Amino acid sequence: MTIENSIPSEEVHSQEVILKVENLKKYFPIKRGVFRHRVGDVKAVDGVSFNVYKGETLGLVGESGCGKTTTGRTIIRLYEPTEGQVDFQGVDLAKLTGAELRHTRRKIQMIFQDPYASLSPRMSVLGIVGEPMEIHHLVKTPNERKERVAELLEMVGLDPAFMNRFPHEFSGGQRQRIGVARALALNPDMIICDEPISALDVSIQAQVVNLLEELQAKVDLTYIFIAHDLSMVRHISNRVAVMYLGKIVELTDRETLYTNPLHPYTQALLSAVPVPNPEIEEKRQRTILEGDLPSPAHPPVGCNFNTRCPRAFDHCHVEEPPMIEVEPGHFCACHLVQPSK
Amino acid sequence: MSDHTMQPASEHLLEVKNLTTRFYTEDGVVHAVNGISYTMDEGDTLGVVGESGCGKSVHALSIMRLIPVPPGKIEDGEVIFRGRDLLKLNEDEMRRVRGAEIAMIFQDPMTSLNPVKTIGFQIMEALKLHQGMDNAQARERSAELLDLVGIPEAAQRLDDYPHQFSGGMRQRVMIAMGLSCNPSLLIADEPTTALDVTIQAQIIELVKRLQHQLGMAVIWITHDLGVVAGMAKRVNVMYAGHIIESGPVKLIYSNPRHPYTVGLLGSLPSVGARRAKTLFAIPGEPPDLVGAQKGCPFAPRCTYKVERCPYEMPPIEEIEPGHLVACWERDKVRKPQ
Repeated sequence: MTIENSIPSEEVHSQEVILKVENLKKYFPIKRGVFRHRVGDVKAVDGVSFNVYKGETLGLVGESGCGKTTTGRTIIRLYEPTEGQVDFQGVDLAKLTGAELRHTRRKIQMIFQDPYASLSPRMSVLGIVGEPMEIHHLVKTPNERKERVAELLEMVGLDPAFMNRFPHEFSGGQRQRIGVARALALNPDMIICDEPISALDVSIQAQVVNLLEELQAKVDLTYIFIAHDLSMVRHISNRVAVMYLGKIVELTDRETLYTNPLHPYTQALLSAVPVPNPEIEEKRQRTILEGDLPSPAHPPVGCNFNTRCPRAFDHCHVEEPPMIEVEPGHFCACHLVQPSK
Repeated sequence: MSDHTMQPASEHLLEVKNLTTRFYTEDGVVHAVNGISYTMDEGDTLGVVGESGCGKSVHALSIMRLIPVPPGKIEDGEVIFRGRDLLKLNEDEMRRVRGAEIAMIFQDPMTSLNPVKTIGFQIMEALKLHQGMDNAQARERSAELLDLVGIPEAAQRLDDYPHQFSGGMRQRVMIAMGLSCNPSLLIADEPTTALDVTIQAQIIELVKRLQHQLGMAVIWITHDLGVVAGMAKRVNVMYAGHIIESGPVKLIYSNPRHPYTVGLLGSLPSVGARRAKTLFAIPGEPPDLVGAQKGCPFAPRCTYKVERCPYEMPPIEEIEPGHLVACWERDKVRKPQ
């Protein structure tokens, strides 16, 4: 490994931590029988820790069921965390309640995956984008609300004249823009983007990603970008965390992750992504993982990737590998990976 | 396979000519497929790429004659498969073609399987119907098929129900069902879209291996340009019910000549390459296909647009051997850099 690799990539993010997630867990109980006894847990998020720096985009990738969406939703307290801390600008979000929670949560907003399900069909765009501002008393008069909504719509590339229309009158890409405008309504510091483009067509995806990047530069936002599309995550993120079965297996800056992935799962995941270039595809050697994701209700003992890992050895079935900092800023949880001197 | 060699070399396996499918809905006539033509040879792999609503699935369903009538109607065209026009067959004859000669697998492996019948029952059904096997023979063959598609302990799993299989496993079952009667053409309609990337890689490898083993031709329908790059020999790019560009996969990716293909390739970030500053986004939205079209459907979003584009649909013409493009400005269109 060369020294260049260990130096953080081209754009250096600030060192100010805006969000610090520590040992976050979210278990969903499995209940059985007439009396709904708790017989086990689905360990959707099982001890996740990471920092998010101000102004950066942290990508959170993994396959379905790996807990990436649950992590996002637990941070913002759409789910009650089972354990752990979510330190946002010095306040532990996981412990807040009631008015305090609502007040703090204003600063973290979310954009959802499904632009059809996440907008109320009975509300006009004015209502959808304006409602959060009314709840938080950011606007005083109906006129002020209208002005502010018009401003937001313009920001996300929609004609303010559309503000009295209803969601069904818009296409998928436009609806996602409405979702972005709603998230911006409260002047958040951070937006959790939960697969914001995976329901959109390829040509529209690029439009929304470009919009998110523009806004980030314009109003100084921090993003957590949750996705399963590794190429888009590489494009938008500064740092990327890879999740598998409720745990982060590797976290590092974008370039290092894609040029020097250390965890066998990251390597397999990258190798599975088809590249839109026939010349490259012809020569590629793939690592094809066998089998399926184990159930998060019964994760394997030891390293939870050991059932599919091409390089698993005895120790992997016994002990869970700790997360170590291999190089400054490059974290990996695998028994095969040792810190470099 | 023996019956493949009996075909005269000059004849194509499949020849689609001017296929036109419309849907007569309450909102108007949806022009889903608008006169597409192409040919395919034995053992070929054809990728069909396009965004949702471009007619790629309807075109496949039209070949299989699975379009719901009404509201759908195949208005015009021919689908010549091994010398016979499928659109002229009666329903009985068509049923013998489906499954036995052309098989199809679908996007969602959960809804394509019957949840209250065992996997074995569902595979055996086609074998008994098309190949006249008895129960014991069909069961044995079903186990072979599951084994072929890489399901461990195949014989035991025949008695399992679909919910006992994962998404990737279900898609394997669908492929096994598709292969049960040795079809010479397999149409795969977004078979990996509902699956995770690591499972998608498994299924792609599987289909490639089976194609090699069994010598069948494959039409792979997808919106993912990456999948096509690794799978197909030829690609048809569809937009608003037209094939707007068609050619060998390497030419399409290295020298795209339709503005839509150029835009589509430009809008993708690549895992293999360094980061571009911003992605190239095609402005606007795909068109609504209700009502008669006039001119090139891509014209409203096209940066190369000239005066005639909104009024005249350009014909699809060969610009280099095997590479066809439907664009008036095709000589000016180039991939950036």
